Amino acid sequence: MDYKVKLEVFEGPLDLLLHLIKKNELDIFNIPIAEITSDYLNYIKLFRRLNLDFAGEFLVAASTLIHIKSRMLLPPTETVEEEEPEDPRAELAARLMEYQKFKEAADILREREAIQSTIYGRLPIIPGDEDYTIEATLFDLLDAFQRVVVQAEEEVREIIQEDIRIEDRIREVLSLLENRRFINFETIFSGQTTKRLLIVTFLALLELIRLRMVFARQARPFGAIRIYRTKQELVAQT
Amino acid sequence: MEKGKLKNIIECLLFFSDKPLGIDKLAEIIEIENCDEIREAVEDLKKEYELRNSGLQVLNIAQGYQFCTRSEFSNWVRKLYKSQTTFHLSPPALETLSIIAYKQPVTRAEIEKIRGVDTSYVLRTLLQKKLIRISGRKKLPGRPILYGTTQEFLRYFGLRDLSEIPSLEEIKPPVSG
Repeated sequence: MDYKVKLEVFEGPLDLLLHLIKKNELDIFNIPIAEITSDYLNYIKLFRRLNLDFAGEFLVAASTLIHIKSRMLLPPTETVEEEEPEDPRAELAARLMEYQKFKEAADILREREAIQSTIYGRLPIIPGDEDYTIEATLFDLLDAFQRVVVQAEEEVREIIQEDIRIEDRIREVLSLLENRRFINFETIFSGQTTKRLLIVTFLALLELIRLRMVFARQARPFGAIRIYRTKQELVAQT
Repeated sequence: MEKGKLKNIIECLLFFSDKPLGIDKLAEIIEIENCDEIREAVEDLKKEYELRNSGLQVLNIAQGYQFCTRSEFSNWVRKLYKSQTTFHLSPPALETLSIIAYKQPVTRAEIEKIRGVDTSYVLRTLLQKKLIRISGRKKLPGRPILYGTTQEFLRYFGLRDLSEIPSLEEIKPPVSG
């Protein structure tokens, strides 16, 4: 079966090189490049043999090592006499030094993380505005409406025949949202004394949602519903 | 305002807040112009909790103050929040974060040059965890995105501000020439 194991031990080629340097107690500024290159290539072979999935960067670094090695073998190019020929390993050494510093810095952060993970602050109680991200479904709205109706039933006794138009209710819901980003679902129905009025208001709300003039959102599934006004620009476009 | 009263008001605000409150925020709520007066009162409160040998402590983190439990009582708190598993960042995530913390604002290419490996996945995770943010775009061809650390970064690592992490010069490499 062909399966690949993700290589986690060495994050990247620089990591592997640092490991080899440490293991062999080498001097970063005086790396025996022939040795380290063969060591490095042996690791790559091992990765292959173990069928480890390693990043392409490992091969790029291998070619860099080989390139440095070949430059070391060549006699230094003729330069201005007093200028010392540049060590082909200098750039690699500088990169390793820099990378090592950040690895150390990462260790410092890890220690702080360990301490901090045992210290607890208060958890947020009131869901913030940005927590209302879930679009309420029709069923959520129906559930919420039913709760409103049940609550209202205790208060509603009289049945008064009156003419309510859905257009008027739409206008009233929108006026509730004026100068506000959102209102609670229940607020829309507060002060409405007849079942008929409640139903027409609910239909008005559904119509507004259908027209994308308002959005119904929750912080969590089955949570409280807030009605948000669509930004003015958006309405103008539709 | 009387000192004791000011301290009590601050105690209430810190107790109720779920995130660190800065001196300026406290000053704005309490409506006191003199920030030194507030700073003094918060520090008094902080000392008081230390002397009282309380289970709580006033921490100075993320450029503000917050009530937190003490580390030695973490076992009990963890029992209360059974579902909450403590997560730890992976080595690549910590490496990337440390590069961003020191070099910010920094582009992905610059991070990858130091790390020598692809960092796009790590950056996405760190952005999701709100430990880093996009702080702008570099004036280079392609206008690459610049990354920086956040307040949440400071809070997560219990840092007052970025000056609390040792400078790169202070960090001693374990193997060197």
